[in-house]
Amino acid sequence: MSIAAKANALWAYANPKKFLATTERVLPFFWASAAISLVVGLVWGFFFTPDDYKQGSTVKIIYLHVPAALMAINAWLMMLVTSLVWLVRRHHVSALAARAAAPVGIVMTLIALATGAIWGQPMWGTWWAWDPRLTSFLILFLFYLGYVALWEAIENPDTAADLTSVLCLVGSVFALLSRYAVNFWNQGLHQGASLSLDKEENVADVFFFPLLVCIAGFVLLFIALVFYRTGTEIRARRIKALLARERVGS
Amino acid sequence: MMPDLGKYADTVLSAYAASLVLLAVLVLVSLWRGRRVRAELERLEQRLTRNG
Repeated sequence: MSIAAKANALWAYANPKKFLATTERVLPFFWASAAISLVVGLVWGFFFTPDDYKQGSTVKIIYLHVPAALMAINAWLMMLVTSLVWLVRRHHVSALAARAAAPVGIVMTLIALATGAIWGQPMWGTWWAWDPRLTSFLILFLFYLGYVALWEAIENPDTAADLTSVLCLVGSVFALLSRYAVNFWNQGLHQGASLSLDKEENVADVFFFPLLVCIAGFVLLFIALVFYRTGTEIRARRIKALLARERVGS
Repeated sequence: MMPDLGKYADTVLSAYAASLVLLAVLVLVSLWRGRRVRAELERLEQRLTRNG
């Protein structure tokens, strides 16, 4: 199949009925594989990995902090893509997918901030520092809250989708900054990335493999949640449309 | 079974507890709202079908 044909096949999922039918079929797989990966990764990391020579047992927090931070940024980037699809192609499912992903992104950001603060207290001697990465992450969190608030505040769903999409474009600067802040400013308390294509920069293998399983678990959980929540948003939109039609008819 | 977490036991356990609680709340709230909306839509569609 050519790339153009594949792209056309993808647009079929812009149809809410097709989206619901397909996600209902694949959701059990995503829920189950997310649960299995998370249990295996977290049990492996928590019970069967050694302490770090510098960080002691606090290194075990990496299995939650790194995947959550990764998903916090990537959730926003997924929202960016679906927002762009809404702005260009006006597919409602795409706008609703962005809306569905936002609360998941909020929780991921909150986990990354909370576990970072809990880890930072004994390691850095402070819960919080106005470090470039931490600060850009906090701003990303505020953007998430603003995004959800904007959806709730506007009655007309198309106007809400338009304005939240624009907010998403603006917030993407902070999503990227929170990923690359360490490289841009090369200062602050936060260390460089724990995962890198350069093997020398990576964490040791004994921590790396359970971390990969945890990341897979977080990615699968994110996909399951976004599919499920998008289905809920589609049904909620249908309820509004049916009620409006009933009001007009009566 | 429980690994020896040494002097950082409180730190590690509180990080795990906070994260797992947040994840559980997210999943449960999503499932609860999903079921509520689905049931509401079914009720509404049945009512509209009955009323023609």
